[in-house]
Amino acid sequence: MDRRKFLKKSVLFGGTLWLPRILLPSDRISSSGKSRVVIVQDAKIFHNRHVDSDRLLNLLDLSMQTYFDVDVPLRAWRKIVHPGEVIGIKVNCLSGHGSTHKELVDAVVERLLQAGIRANDIIIWDRLNKDLEEGGFRINYKGKGPRVFGNDAVGFAPKLYVFGQAGSLLTRTITNLCDGIINIGLLRDHSIAGVSISLKNLFGAIHNPNKYHLNVGDPYIADVNAFPVIRQKVRFSIVDALEAQYHGGPAYMPQWRWKFGGLIVGRDRVAIDYTGWQIIESKRKAMGFRSLKEEGREPTYIFTASDSEHALGQSNPKMIETIKVTAS
Amino acid sequence: MNKHFSMIDQWPDKKKEGMDRRTFLKLASAAGLVMSLPVLNWSDGASVIAASGEDDRYVRKARYWKKLEHKQIKCQLCPRQCVIDDHERGYCGVRENRGGTYYTLVYARPVTYHTDPIEKKPLFHFYPGSMAFSIATAGCNLNCKFCQNWEISQVTPEQVNSFYMPPEKIAQMAKEYDAKTIAYTYNEPTIFYEYMYDTAEAGHREDVKSVVITAAYIEQEPIKELCKVVDAIKVDLKAFSDQYYKDVVHGELKPVLDAIETIHNQGRWLEIVYLVVPTLNDSEKEIKELSRWIMRNLGPDVPIHFTRFFPQYLLKNLPPTPVATLERCKAIADAEGLHYVYIGNVPGNPAENTYCPHCGKVLVERIGFTVRSMKIKNGRCPYCGTKIPGIW
Ligand code: SF4
Repeated sequence: MDRRKFLKKSVLFGGTLWLPRILLPSDRISSSGKSRVVIVQDAKIFHNRHVDSDRLLNLLDLSMQTYFDVDVPLRAWRKIVHPGEVIGIKVNCLSGHGSTHKELVDAVVERLLQAGIRANDIIIWDRLNKDLEEGGFRINYKGKGPRVFGNDAVGFAPKLYVFGQAGSLLTRTITNLCDGIINIGLLRDHSIAGVSISLKNLFGAIHNPNKYHLNVGDPYIADVNAFPVIRQKVRFSIVDALEAQYHGGPAYMPQWRWKFGGLIVGRDRVAIDYTGWQIIESKRKAMGFRSLKEEGREPTYIFTASDSEHALGQSNPKMIETIKVTAS
Repeated sequence: MNKHFSMIDQWPDKKKEGMDRRTFLKLASAAGLVMSLPVLNWSDGASVIAASGEDDRYVRKARYWKKLEHKQIKCQLCPRQCVIDDHERGYCGVRENRGGTYYTLVYARPVTYHTDPIEKKPLFHFYPGSMAFSIATAGCNLNCKFCQNWEISQVTPEQVNSFYMPPEKIAQMAKEYDAKTIAYTYNEPTIFYEYMYDTAEAGHREDVKSVVITAAYIEQEPIKELCKVVDAIKVDLKAFSDQYYKDVVHGELKPVLDAIETIHNQGRWLEIVYLVVPTLNDSEKEIKELSRWIMRNLGPDVPIHFTRFFPQYLLKNLPPTPVATLERCKAIADAEGLHYVYIGNVPGNPAENTYCPHCGKVLVERIGFTVRSMKIKNGRCPYCGTKIPGIW
């Protein structure tokens, strides 16, 4: 049996012996009041510079099972999606070669299908059709399989959402088409906002992101995430940290990228962004770069997102439970 | 203003209702509707026509920018001076870095065209009673919380229906519509600078003048250059305080004042509009300082219009400006010695008229955008012979 078939079976029948066993108390997601962030890494995820799809599915399962403390991936996915729903996958294709890995999206799609979401009820989306195509996705409005299109194809709902300093229209993909969103951002530096991980990825849902890069994106990135529809519909965040970028982002700059070989997952995208930011800072330090604060682009919007007005999650490291797991 | 947002639905909605949109579009197109109407409205309030999409006809190499390292560019058209990565756009949303070269995406791409009385701009000392063939594209380099045209100014070109209308076409249409001028208006024309510039030149070849309706948030070199090809500029001075520019407009005051002085020094006809927003920019001190600045730097003959605010867009928590506030602003400016102080957005107010600063007689009588009588002869008051500045 090939590895992928085995993985499929393991989802259905609970055969997860290949995963490292992680012992977690069952209440660690919320009873402590801390936000859980899971970082999984696999040193062998790249094979001849390409992502090993089987190992990636394995890694995704590892992250989800760890986060939800369950034995089989299906149980994890069933905690965030329900059969019959329409689920959007927000990718990030702004960086050409540095876009969300299609292999990761394929892995998520595979698990969504197994969790009872119909193929045509999965919508892979970003700002523009053009961006998606440059990121390696094929536009699919009506054909078999998941639908794939940009906001330019569906337009924006006419209601103006206002929170704090931000006022925006939202893509109809969020307002009209999807019941829930899986938010797949990247782990990367951003020349204006400091970092662009999971909070900023949702700028792809609004019609006017170009207006909200002032003042390192603070408070705009937090404000946009606080729009009620975004707050309610974004179910889970997965950061594609297979390759990450510690400087020169969001444009693809190969000289400042490194193979982190991992994923960062969780429900709390503020905690995820805080965690991702620290990873980028460590890498910058190791590579002899100044901190983002010293460069005048500390991503303070992460703190704003956790204030009482926004209440989007935790940015205090004492309130974040980080679990690191390395795939064997 | 109508809803302008475009979308192409090529699959059914989750909640489908009535005729599918593609069928409707086909029918509408067959009936000529798509060609004749700028926008079709759907029951959910959104609109459909044809998406602007990708189209190289609209893409031109931009002016005023420089290359930086790693394919970044720095735009030098407006004081925002955006530094833009490859694939990204500036704050205005209509200029894009493609592989280290900067392009405008709105050349020949108006989202609307309309023939308006020049009084609507408002320009009161520039061919009163004439018509202005008015165009706008998507985008703006500011984000005023009270914007009444945010549905075109705060969007990118792909999000709004547009036409392909090269400069020569605009000039020709203006002539056909019997418009004395082409007006670049509704959104901020600085951001479609290249298109505006070429259209002004095309207009002059057809003997059609050009007027610019702008917030003047523009760098010195481009405004100087622009003054060579346009005939009049109306500046929306949003306030006379940095704080207001920062909080309400997302810009800065100083470069705007510099641009106003440049326009004046270049000899272009200039009028100023000041939208009076209750409690935010209507203090006696601010109006006095503004009036003194105009007196000192531009002289008493530059018209200023204090116009009435109505709650819009992101500023809905304030009431419309009381007429008494506008009259107080006018009284302050009059007392500082300005000769032509108007009140706007209050149809029928006597301060819509032009009076001779010397003998006090009514020279141009207006109601709203309509000129009821025009008495200026050869640029002078027919009663006392005082020269009245403007282009008549
Ligand atoms: S014109 Fe647009 S891109 Fe250029 S500096 Fe101004 S806002 Fe930025």
